[in-house]
Amino acid sequence: MSGTGSDTFDEMYDADGGIRSAYDGYYSWYDEQDPRGLHRKHREAEAFFRKTGITFNVYGQDEAEERLIPFDPVPRIITAHEWRRLTKGIDQRVRALNAFLHDLYHRQEIIRAGRIPEWLLRGNEAYLPHMSGFTPPGGVYTHITGIDLVRTGPNDFHVLEDNARTPSGVSYMLENRETMMAMFPELFTRVKVAPVSNYPRRLARSLAACAPSACEGRPVVAVLTPGIYNSAYYEHAFLADQMGAELVEASDLRVIDGRVKMRTTRGFKAVDVLYRRVDDDFLDPLTFRADSMLGVPGIMDVYRAGGITIANAPGTGIADDKALYSFMPEIVEFYTGEKPLLPNVETYRCMEEDALKYVLDNIADLVVKEVHGSGGYGMLIGPTSSKREIAKFTQKLKANPQNYIAQPTLALSTVPILTKKGLAPRHVDLRPFVLMSPNGIEITPGGLTRVALKRGSLVVNSSQGGGTKDSWVLEE
Amino acid sequence: MLGRSANAIFWMFRYLERAENLARLLDTGFRMALTRDELTAEEEWRSVVETAGLREAYQEQNATYAGIQVWNYMLRDRDNANSIRNLIGAVRSNARSARNVITSEVWEAVNESYLHLNDLLNRPVTQGGLADAISTIKREATQVRGAMEGSMLRNDIYNFASIGSFVERADNTARIVDVKYYVLLPSLSYVGSSLDNVQWETILRSLGAERAFRWLNAGELDARGIADFLILDGRFPRSLRFCYAKIRSHLHSLALEYGAEGRAHEVMRNADLKLQDADMESVIDAGLHEFLADCIVTNNEIARAVEADYRFTD
Repeated sequence: MSGTGSDTFDEMYDADGGIRSAYDGYYSWYDEQDPRGLHRKHREAEAFFRKTGITFNVYGQDEAEERLIPFDPVPRIITAHEWRRLTKGIDQRVRALNAFLHDLYHRQEIIRAGRIPEWLLRGNEAYLPHMSGFTPPGGVYTHITGIDLVRTGPNDFHVLEDNARTPSGVSYMLENRETMMAMFPELFTRVKVAPVSNYPRRLARSLAACAPSACEGRPVVAVLTPGIYNSAYYEHAFLADQMGAELVEASDLRVIDGRVKMRTTRGFKAVDVLYRRVDDDFLDPLTFRADSMLGVPGIMDVYRAGGITIANAPGTGIADDKALYSFMPEIVEFYTGEKPLLPNVETYRCMEEDALKYVLDNIADLVVKEVHGSGGYGMLIGPTSSKREIAKFTQKLKANPQNYIAQPTLALSTVPILTKKGLAPRHVDLRPFVLMSPNGIEITPGGLTRVALKRGSLVVNSSQGGGTKDSWVLEE
Repeated sequence: MLGRSANAIFWMFRYLERAENLARLLDTGFRMALTRDELTAEEEWRSVVETAGLREAYQEQNATYAGIQVWNYMLRDRDNANSIRNLIGAVRSNARSARNVITSEVWEAVNESYLHLNDLLNRPVTQGGLADAISTIKREATQVRGAMEGSMLRNDIYNFASIGSFVERADNTARIVDVKYYVLLPSLSYVGSSLDNVQWETILRSLGAERAFRWLNAGELDARGIADFLILDGRFPRSLRFCYAKIRSHLHSLALEYGAEGRAHEVMRNADLKLQDADMESVIDAGLHEFLADCIVTNNEIARAVEADYRFTD
């Protein structure tokens, strides 16, 4: 797969080398810049990230090993018109996900109707029996969702993944914009870009709107982090800081008199809404992992009794299960009564015999993913893998087919990055962030653009050498 | 604020203060050693390790007190929990943990100091590089403190930070004077003795007090005057009296903000009774060592009471 292939859609240049309308304003500015000046600003930006500590820890590495996610100073630009279309599709998808979760944990109408098979839930660890028959405050399961989109043509966006557990990356969306505005203030006077800086305020408001029945007065919101060694700790602290919320660890929390309370210097104080950035497994050792000391013993009982709101709701992970993903078109249609506005990427479920046969026959052209994997680990990209890698992966696949899905390799769109030799196209994806409360759905214009920095590479994950870009939605 | 955040802030500033104090101590040892023959120089370095309270840990790993060995142990040894490199790392971990209760200015100052010092202390420090390392450490610590003074609200967070700083500083001053008190002892009873004693200078220099003392005393050094200055002179920012005044004032602010006093305030009042009316005469009568040992114990008691009163830990 090459980023310069003729089948690849470049978002800045059209097929004749002309500039697409979205990039008109940016390009005319870029054209006037001294390349040395741009490179200098780029280095300053890296120094700024280092100084502010916007770093992440790579799993499995020494805790002292903190890395920067490379930042590319060329923005990824979406027109107002394109964005309007996209948001309709995203809105539809998130409403369907939330309705689906409610149904799964109640009457399971969709299974009764035969639209998805019952086996999807059986033995699926992401499905939490503890949530059966319980409706979270305000009926909201997916308070925060990150929808991963890829683009293949002028009007062709596909959903690659729904992140309904604890999607991360929103701090990069915010810091990238701050950095761009600090580096190139004059650019923002020439091109009108929809602001993103009100995201933390919207998040705080959206979470507060989901306060539980036990809440008295102004809802107290806290962000729950696994701690300073977690790879996304910077983001947890950043969001708590920006929302004016407390940043708690499980050891700060205790169940007292039917409420979850945090230990403050003045005594124990009740938390109304807990924006948790830990997995379900680490919420409550009494409910989930008796062997674990992590979590807040008894929090699930308080939750079910209406004493606290947990965002996202426990058990939402079932909705971003990769096996379930392949049923999303049916799911969207079932709950909204509409055709999906945003298509899925075609997906082969390897547990089905025909699909497995197809995947094995065509593995060199496919991307094969673990059903429960994330972060670009445990996957095979057929076209860029060696014969040996493919042979090794084939064995794993044959041994455990229900653990895998496969998708065709998409011609991901490209956006230029700044290199020593000027602009060069690289593949990108887009993760818009979606907030849901009883008051409705809010989508921050833009999101996080991840970019594969290696020429021709399709892997945009930060843990695998990807970078990020500021993502612009143009004002009308 | 969370008890855990208060704890992180408190220790962040204790460790920062400790790192700076150790840098001063190294500076003193270095100057002394330069003016000595090799054997006496080792004796000076041994005394530096002793004053820092690191003798046992040091001897487990090292057979001699060669200067370069001592300063590298104190500056950058990973196995020494109180090496300046480890302390700065602990300052940063605590700052990270309390990230949402400190300002960006304080956080960035800490982070930059950490990156800078980690880089500086990544390789063994040579004799030629020692002076630079020491002044860099002092400068970085000053920057963090400056960011705090200039940007933090004067509330409980600031008070916990300050109490951490001054508890650590008082502890440091008491220990240095205590370790060296035998040097002062023979002359303590003579008022106005002006024998030039290079060891006295060491004590003053370890606490950054040499110039101030000379300035106040027209260049004369005397044992009793030195002890008086380091313990009881409320103008000198590392004297015990000054540190206690600061701790008292920050505890008072906490009581106002929280509308209640705790055990820490009680312990502080008892400490005041001992220090407030003390003069050199009574301190010497009671025994300098006993007086200092009592201060160190009281100091610990204040710190522990603050930790308990404000629920630093479970």
